[in-house]
Amino acid sequence: MYTTELSKNAPTATNVQALEDPAKLAAFEARVAADEFIEPKDWMPEAYRRTLTRQISQHAHSEIVGMLPEGNWISRAPSLRRKAILLAKVQDEAGHGLYLYSAAETLGTSRREMIEALHSGKAKYSTIFNYPTLTWADIGAIGWLVDGAAIMNQVPLQRTSYGPYARAMVRVCKEESFHQRQGYEICMAMMAGTADQQRMMQDAFNRWWWPSLMMFGPTDDNSPNTAQSMRWRIKRDTNDELRQKFVDITVPQAEAIGLTVPDADLVWNEAKNNGAGGYDFGAVDWDEFYAVVKGEGPVAKERMKARRDAWDNGAWVRDAAVAYAQKRNAREAQAA
Amino acid sequence: MSKDWPLWEVFVRAKGGMSHRHVGSVHAPDPEIALRHARDTYTRRMEGISLWVVPSAQIVASDPADDAQNFDPAADKIYRHPTFYDIPDGITHI
Repeated sequence: MYTTELSKNAPTATNVQALEDPAKLAAFEARVAADEFIEPKDWMPEAYRRTLTRQISQHAHSEIVGMLPEGNWISRAPSLRRKAILLAKVQDEAGHGLYLYSAAETLGTSRREMIEALHSGKAKYSTIFNYPTLTWADIGAIGWLVDGAAIMNQVPLQRTSYGPYARAMVRVCKEESFHQRQGYEICMAMMAGTADQQRMMQDAFNRWWWPSLMMFGPTDDNSPNTAQSMRWRIKRDTNDELRQKFVDITVPQAEAIGLTVPDADLVWNEAKNNGAGGYDFGAVDWDEFYAVVKGEGPVAKERMKARRDAWDNGAWVRDAAVAYAQKRNAREAQAA
Repeated sequence: MSKDWPLWEVFVRAKGGMSHRHVGSVHAPDPEIALRHARDTYTRRMEGISLWVVPSAQIVASDPADDAQNFDPAADKIYRHPTFYDIPDGITHI
């Protein structure tokens, strides 16, 4: 899973950078330009630290909230095989969230602060998880499309300039391809089934296609922070480049199993991608995207309530574990 | 709200014959739970056969600002490297 820069009013690099020591800044820029990795204790400009903290924590939140739409179907998976697979996938998403929170913490923000920011609605997460999972076919569509889009975004981030983030991405990417394949396998099974099952799959595909394209974030001309993020190697490709790549790869996969892409403007264009060919596709509904970013997604409130409830209802377990540790430490201190 | 549980660094031995390698960190209130969390978080796919968890606060790290002083001197002690020594052609196994 993944998230892109969702805050349009993020502090711009230039106004923070003015305060930095020019010699240190120049040395930092040179290291990054030479594709060196930046590690937690290294000097870094404040804007770099802030941008990364925001990006990595949003990414972590997306993994954690991303467990909810799929978790919704674990108890209703159609077979034991599917259930075991989905359970493993959702557990992976929890793991991804944890790798990422750990990476973000190395920048100096505590786990607690990040979780509070999520629960208070201050922090964003990927808009994709504010759509409901209505049928089992949605689980196929999510694995195939949502995890597919995430892979497209995350593979280049394995070379992102911040070491802990890059290392987390290597682990995540290794695990992610199982997610996409199990999703596509569900789609294949549905499309090989009855007419009703095929209709159900097409319906899920129709609902997830556009939100998946939105996962790459706003268009390049409407993405003011992209240039700085690319210069800092926090980002390695632009939103539009990745979106195009995703469409080009996914359309044939859809056609191979008999799904119709819900886009009347979709057409092969020989001239695209420097003559290698690529698809022209219709305009994404960015009004919908920004509405969902603002928390107006169909199930945004439900998602946050589920997160807060899980946190609150688990409080006694966390407290009990701390009390136990304290008691044992006290006993050991006494015995010593 | 209470505080975060303490942070632990996690090290995994991938297989016999290899050393433990740092893989990430977990929060936990005590060593047993740290090990469990490390197991669930970092070894879901046969990534290792042994785990270490170490309280992060116990790690003492060098300061990147001292990198030059700590790690560069090797360059002026090139006689530590085998290539410093000229051995005539025809002399083998050395």
